[in-house]
Amino acid sequence: MSVQTWTFIIVGLTFALYIGIAIWARAGSTSEFYVAGGGVPPIANGMATAADWMSAASFISMAGLISFMGYDGGVFLMGWTGGYVLLALTLAPYLRKFGKFTVPDFIGDRYYSNVARTVAVICALIVSFTYVAGQMRGVGLVFSRFLEVDINTGVYIGMAIVFFYAVLGGMKGITYTQVAQYCVLIFAFMVPAIFISINMTGNPIPQLGFIGNMTDGSNMALLDKLDQLHRDLGFAEYTSGTKSMIDVFAITFALMVGTAGLPHVIVRFFTVPDVKGARVSAGYALVFIAILYTTAPAIAAFARTNLIETVSNQPYADMPEWFSKWEQTGLIAFDDKNNDGNIQYVANAAANELTIDRDIMVLANPEIAGLPAWVIALVAAGGLAAALSTAAGLLLVISTSIARDLIKMQIKPDISEKGELLSARIGAVFAVIVAGYFGIHPPGFVAAVVALAFGLAAASFFPAIILGIFDKRMNRQGAVSGMIVGITLMLYYMIKFKLGGFGGGTPDQWWFGISPEGFGTVAMSVNFIVSFAVSRMTAPPPQEVQDIVEDIRLPSGAGEAHVH
Amino acid sequence: MSNDNKAQKYWKENLVYLGILLAIWFLVSYVFGIFLVEPLNTVKIGGAKLGFWFAQQGSIYVFVILIYVYVVLMNKLDKKYGYDS
Repeated sequence: MSVQTWTFIIVGLTFALYIGIAIWARAGSTSEFYVAGGGVPPIANGMATAADWMSAASFISMAGLISFMGYDGGVFLMGWTGGYVLLALTLAPYLRKFGKFTVPDFIGDRYYSNVARTVAVICALIVSFTYVAGQMRGVGLVFSRFLEVDINTGVYIGMAIVFFYAVLGGMKGITYTQVAQYCVLIFAFMVPAIFISINMTGNPIPQLGFIGNMTDGSNMALLDKLDQLHRDLGFAEYTSGTKSMIDVFAITFALMVGTAGLPHVIVRFFTVPDVKGARVSAGYALVFIAILYTTAPAIAAFARTNLIETVSNQPYADMPEWFSKWEQTGLIAFDDKNNDGNIQYVANAAANELTIDRDIMVLANPEIAGLPAWVIALVAAGGLAAALSTAAGLLLVISTSIARDLIKMQIKPDISEKGELLSARIGAVFAVIVAGYFGIHPPGFVAAVVALAFGLAAASFFPAIILGIFDKRMNRQGAVSGMIVGITLMLYYMIKFKLGGFGGGTPDQWWFGISPEGFGTVAMSVNFIVSFAVSRMTAPPPQEVQDIVEDIRLPSGAGEAHVH
Repeated sequence: MSNDNKAQKYWKENLVYLGILLAIWFLVSYVFGIFLVEPLNTVKIGGAKLGFWFAQQGSIYVFVILIYVYVVLMNKLDKKYGYDS
């Protein structure tokens, strides 16, 4: 059977599964819609969190990025998993004890202010929308390559599926669909990795193959071989980076703190029964995440070696079928500058004849390694599972922010349970349409902005939440001014150095040599300082708020997550 | 022991645990994976340079262990102060 037939079968089956689960687990109340009734078992919640967490970027793009960045790619690995540790240790148990539905809920109550709540809602919406647009591009990419449909048709199909289970099922439907999606995506990620690891190093465990020796007769360590190939072609050594140490530090830190502040991941801790459940569920989730995150750098190194050995100085006419298929999508381009019919893939831009989009490395990897058709189809299904699960989680945050934090808490406090559920569903519909729009008409700056969503989350939410738990003296004035200064500074830097506003700027003008991707670290520090200074110059928070802080620090007595 | 006093003590011990765990968190990622990557790269683990390995593998393994240690420590602490009901 051809790759395309296999893809139709496997993707069709997984989609049928997701829809079946959505019908079985549809939400009947706002509590089920927002937090699945707060009764999800920790291990299932761990899988759902992992699927929620690992986006199209983790599945499709990350290994490809590392493949091209070498050592520097470690910023994503350490940043995203390390941020998870921060979240599990410093936020999750306390937010679970607090027992409301959303991050703006926490900020609004903790800082006894609807201004703070509104600032938090706006930050949550900005972060979620930039992130969700990236997922929709991922869906379109997979569809256009593997089902050979138009990229827009791909986005419509993706929208319809997400629409179905997010609007109908709410958090309950999403949680159980995400459990299934985790299983699909991890299977799809591991199978080709294991095959390739056996092929190249003889070791079935990719993490060990990564540090093992090649079986091509040279008996060289894989990474030494790769460093040598890089040197021969004029690239920087794979295991050394090209970024400055301070920038690597700043980017890693911004990613860590930003991940810990991502609203769609935090909300996952409201779905377990108690504080103990929140802690252990974080443990399960990180194990599930680590399986993929420790395999990705192995895939990156395998794919890079394979790619160079397949194309470098080989005749264009001899390229395998996958090469021309990806050429049709425009993601691989060959320009025979010296007309010798061979592919020169080198670091020197003037002599280099091959351009490869980083996003295709994971998707093309099984084909490059010559794996069977069903494995290639499986990877397509895995990519879709990763994109859809994250998109659904984000859409839920958007709809909850609209229905609860804006309508219920601010505009119409006397809204009935039914009315609130309806507005949450309408919010989800609205969010799906906007996300689809960005998927079909991706503004040029989306790719740039997605990376910066982390910086925005770091610069806005993170200090307000941390201080809300660990600094009893922190008050409304401090938190609000910190959030506003933090996000404004971040937006300014981003617009100046990424989008060319405010006169633009070049990398040698970066403040402290820190790139916009790493600037969240600076903006976050400023947020902390401003919050701290302002809070100490103004009155302490009222006694009942200080009592809330005392209360969330103690684990027992956490009730169900419900409306107070 | 009064309730307030008990809560204070519980919180203090909790902060000590957090401090230690986050120090290890910082050590394996920022110190081993970034600041000391060059000197560590002179040592090898299997076929990989050690600093590089910490940045792309080792730190993640330690992170997983950290979360489980945290779960165990906190469950014990809850029990000690009677917050485990």
